[in-house]
Amino acid sequence: MIIEVNGKKLDLVYQTAFEARDQIGNETDIVILNGFQIEKDSKLSENDTLTLIRKGTMPKQAELESMMMARHTPNVHKKVKEGKVAIAGLGGLGSNIAVILARIGVGQLFLVDFDIVEPSNLNRQSYYISHLGMPKTVALKKQLKEINPFIKIITQNVKVTEDNILELFNGYDIICEAFDQPEAKSMLVNVSLNQLSNIKIVSASGMAGYESSNLIKTVKPMKRLYVCGDLENGAEIGKGLMAPRVQICAGHQANMVLRLLLDIEDV
Amino acid sequence: MKVNGTLITLDKSQTLFDFLQSQSIDFNTIAVERNGEIIPRSTYQNVVLSDEDTLEIVRFVGGG
Repeated sequence: MIIEVNGKKLDLVYQTAFEARDQIGNETDIVILNGFQIEKDSKLSENDTLTLIRKGTMPKQAELESMMMARHTPNVHKKVKEGKVAIAGLGGLGSNIAVILARIGVGQLFLVDFDIVEPSNLNRQSYYISHLGMPKTVALKKQLKEINPFIKIITQNVKVTEDNILELFNGYDIICEAFDQPEAKSMLVNVSLNQLSNIKIVSASGMAGYESSNLIKTVKPMKRLYVCGDLENGAEIGKGLMAPRVQICAGHQANMVLRLLLDIEDV
Repeated sequence: MKVNGTLITLDKSQTLFDFLQSQSIDFNTIAVERNGEIIPRSTYQNVVLSDEDTLEIVRFVGGG
């Protein structure tokens, strides 16, 4: 019976997952069968994907990818790996979206921002003290390489304007709009929908303050535009941006990107 | 015409520009789709609205 074990197709005589583990690996290995970590033994069938992870040891590079991807449903992973997603703005939304998309293994990420990491960013953005003063593109790429070295990361340290949108984002499936200013959000959405005929945009509006988490939602007001947020609570004096709602909103955007990569267009 | 799912009666012929202005909507923070097509911002003054139109107006607030 052909079973994929840690990324390699093997012809096995073993009937169950634990039998295979005991013979190929070690009794104490973690066993992941078709994306699910099992605690009880389970029968193997043809073409199953089995991942054995030895506790406390660093796997060889070749084994690492299959181990990391073991928790993703196999067919989902293939599609996600083919995805090309651009993230415009690497602040509270964009940096957190990038981290999530790297974790799920989106094959190509394009990160665009012109800013550097400042102390006031640390309350909600995915950066560390050691990143202060660095361009956000550089600081974020360093993190993503530590999270998932198997994806392609392209960066551009540039301000997005009406004049460079076509050149920057041509060839991508999806743009995550992750800007701060409402004028910039509107500009990106208008110009992209007009100039890039197949692009889908996952945008955000309304995540300031500490109103209920449950007000944040994903809507699809236009054919190729998704908007995440509560649609009302903008950042203003007395209503700052804080990590919880910003991350909830980033999570909404990232999940919508995942759904689109899996050809699901409903919110 | 229909605006964001609600029926609105237009009392006189007007452009998209006039309509947005009458609603005190800030042009710089929105996107408008008419009958499924995004309307470039520079053309709002040339778009004459009709009873059969369906508009989706998305307004962006700050924060990210």
